[in-house]
Amino acid sequence: MSAIGTDAGKRSFTPFPRLSGAAVAGILIAIILMAFLILPVAQVIYVAFLDARTGTLTLQNFEDFFRSTLFRQSFYNSFYVSAMSVVVATVIALPLAYITTRFNFAGAALIQSLGFIPLIMPPFVGAVAMSLLFGRNGSVNLLLDQYLGFKIPFMEGLNGVILVQSIHYFPFILINLSAALRNIDRSMEESAQNLGASGLRLFRRIVFPLAMPGYLAGAALVFIKVFDDLGTPLLLNVNTMLAPQAYLRITGVGINDPMGYVISFILVAFSVFSLWASLLFMRGKDYATTQKGGGGLAKRDLSTREKVLAYGVILFILALVLSPHLGLTLLAFGTIWSFSPLPDGFTLQHFETVFTQSTQYIYNTILYAGTAALLDVILGTAIAYIVIRTGLPGRRWLDYMATAALAVPGVVLGIGYLRMFHGIQLPFGMGPMASWWGIIIVALMIRRLPYALRACMAALQQISLSLEEAAESLGAKRSSTIRRITVPLMTGGILAGFVTSFATAAVELSATIMLVSRSSEAPLAYGIYLYMQSAAGRGPGAALGILAVIIVGVGTYLSQRIIERDRRRRAAAPGAQQ
Amino acid sequence: MTRQTAGIRIEDVHLSFGPTKVLEGIDMEIRPGEFFAFLGPSGSGKSTLLRAIAGFGPRPRGRILIGERDVLDLPPWKRDVGMVFQSYALWPHMNVRANVAFGLEERRLPRREIGPKVQAALELVGLAELADRMPSQLSGGQQQRVALARTIAVEPRVLLLDEPLSNLDAALRVQMRRELLALQRKLQLTTIFVTHDQEEANTTSDRMAVLDGGVIQQIGTPQELYDRPANGFVAGFLGTANILKGRIENGAFRTASGHLLHIGAPVAGAQRIVLRPQNISLTDAEEGADIIPGTVRHREFLGSQIRYLVETADGTIIVDTLHATGGTPREPGSAVGLRVDSTNAPLLV
Repeated sequence: MSAIGTDAGKRSFTPFPRLSGAAVAGILIAIILMAFLILPVAQVIYVAFLDARTGTLTLQNFEDFFRSTLFRQSFYNSFYVSAMSVVVATVIALPLAYITTRFNFAGAALIQSLGFIPLIMPPFVGAVAMSLLFGRNGSVNLLLDQYLGFKIPFMEGLNGVILVQSIHYFPFILINLSAALRNIDRSMEESAQNLGASGLRLFRRIVFPLAMPGYLAGAALVFIKVFDDLGTPLLLNVNTMLAPQAYLRITGVGINDPMGYVISFILVAFSVFSLWASLLFMRGKDYATTQKGGGGLAKRDLSTREKVLAYGVILFILALVLSPHLGLTLLAFGTIWSFSPLPDGFTLQHFETVFTQSTQYIYNTILYAGTAALLDVILGTAIAYIVIRTGLPGRRWLDYMATAALAVPGVVLGIGYLRMFHGIQLPFGMGPMASWWGIIIVALMIRRLPYALRACMAALQQISLSLEEAAESLGAKRSSTIRRITVPLMTGGILAGFVTSFATAAVELSATIMLVSRSSEAPLAYGIYLYMQSAAGRGPGAALGILAVIIVGVGTYLSQRIIERDRRRRAAAPGAQQ
Repeated sequence: MTRQTAGIRIEDVHLSFGPTKVLEGIDMEIRPGEFFAFLGPSGSGKSTLLRAIAGFGPRPRGRILIGERDVLDLPPWKRDVGMVFQSYALWPHMNVRANVAFGLEERRLPRREIGPKVQAALELVGLAELADRMPSQLSGGQQQRVALARTIAVEPRVLLLDEPLSNLDAALRVQMRRELLALQRKLQLTTIFVTHDQEEANTTSDRMAVLDGGVIQQIGTPQELYDRPANGFVAGFLGTANILKGRIENGAFRTASGHLLHIGAPVAGAQRIVLRPQNISLTDAEEGADIIPGTVRHREFLGSQIRYLVETADGTIIVDTLHATGGTPREPGSAVGLRVDSTNAPLLV
């Protein structure tokens, strides 16, 4: 254990420098990441370039892809939907960010909740509810038609996907943009005023360029999330997009159809490209300029007229953002809801159906997401420790590999697992590994590892090295220092990582939908998907959706509480920070 | 850099943040071309006053005149004062040249005039060759110079410096303050320098104002303030001071414990005397004129000097003695006599 120090040179006297506990753990983690992330994805990419009959490398598959009108259309649609979602999400987020950072505004708390309400509901859960509210014969259009004599095609085809996605993902832009604006020190603006700039010119030349990196980071995230998403288009029955096409090819035509792999390659390439581009743009542009004790931009009071306007904008956006939740609630408690603004009556029937027929979904979700999240924090803690506190050669690569999962869409990981593990038979008659329920846990674990890892890294970075050195100088071995000092001090971060991983894994659909082989082994998200396929199933589906929202909502709330409690405790003990 | 520099007149300025009074009845006049310092501890209101001159923060009551014009109702961008921020506030998305050109562009100067002016300002601070760097690629001292160049490029009528040296290391601080002073003399620019460091204020300023609790304690040249402090705060804030209680008696000062000290001109009703540590010496005699007996409690070796803390009936007195190489210092615990040279010692009411 003791061979791996922060500075390998200092500890070169220890007897077994190469076989330390940290090295063994590092190698194990590397093997896990290779087997369940790198190799499956590499294989998918490899197959995309493979001639299905002869087994030679070829570009033929890509040629076929771009020859097909359907695929060209899907490619265009995916791009169009992602770009438009960024535009609509910006239109929603911009006024909110501006109002909170530039004005003394009592509704700031309202805006903060606006920023997190959408995130507690996975977009595909709200999708069906949204079409009942905003569809051609949904509540809003029925009312519009009745009183004003026209309808607006909110949910027609791609519009529906754009609306649902932008309502769900705008918080990414809101959070990043607000943080960027808040991080601009007052003196940035004041020195410009001092030199003669004011008003719109000041905004254009100083404030806007300083906030740009934050905005782009959020926008890139929204773009890529929408580009990769499978659940929403699937539930809205929009199949001419890339992710649904990949899913349909693999599940419909078969595991050997090259088109699924070509699409996967395009999805991965786009993800990597936009992450790389946003990193490249961000490099050397850490514009956080706030000084110790200095606040962000100067805020001013609103006049009464401006206040009315601000509240109007915020309430309108709030209504829009709450509409999926509202629709879902109506659907879950309503009897029949068709061609009318509201359901005909209300009932608890759907919850009864769920609790009598579908408890396995709930049980499976808790088992899968719980195990995956537990594994995530174990891996996350180990990787964080190895990267930050040891001098293990190549340790950064553990971080890079684990984080690379961010750039792998769920569909692609699912396809990779199917391809790689369908031939591997498990012992004890459990059948092929690709259709074993355990593989769902592995997929969830890999998909959520980056979140848990970030939380653990942040927690470890906040622990002053001197706290561990003090323990060592008092005679604690490296292993007992980790056990008695480091991990207990990281508890808050680890718990927050667990809850975040759990809550997001509980509603993951894109990878699981490829890997679920039996309905009895399916988790909640898949159950919702199955129910929503038929009009009669919408009620119970929505009831399950409500349960999902509760799980994610409670999880998000808990992790916020844990993080806050941790921060307070840290602030109370000044010695804990470096 | 030829514009007419202006004086500043501050008349009865008051400012409160809610119930807290941060500036109370500030009155002062700063002459054209003067290097003036605001000196005070943190929370004394010195930065608030500077920001009020520049037009930042809430509008105070009273009048602030730059030249002949009351600027209190002008927005910052119309005041024509140049301010160098404590954090430098260089815009990280612009290179050095763009930062310096900014103010000139805002003044709608023709492009062909901006280039040479930027060049001249950068040459003045000795950074002409770094014009294409980004602020993040500069050292702290270089950033400071860019901030200065950016401000003087627009030829303001008044230059305001908010703790400009506080982010630099000790050696650089000494060098920068000399350069600042040289630059100010060259440009003949009215300058206000805010600092909490008495040495900085002493070494640079023509005159200074000492502030505490939002109130001006005293205004004068550094030497005036040191030699003739108006009150205990100024005496203690500028240099080290032993302040002994007592009363005037027959043209001399009798300390509370009864020792008699010679003084210059007596001040009516004076109850305290300010004794600087270097005006007291140690002697073996324990009685006599101008001698206070005591016991050495603590000794600090400062190199050129040795500082003793001596316990006396009038309280603990700090004594600085010159250290000559090879001299033998007094040991803690030993009895000594303090010979006080109080002929020019300030008396406080």
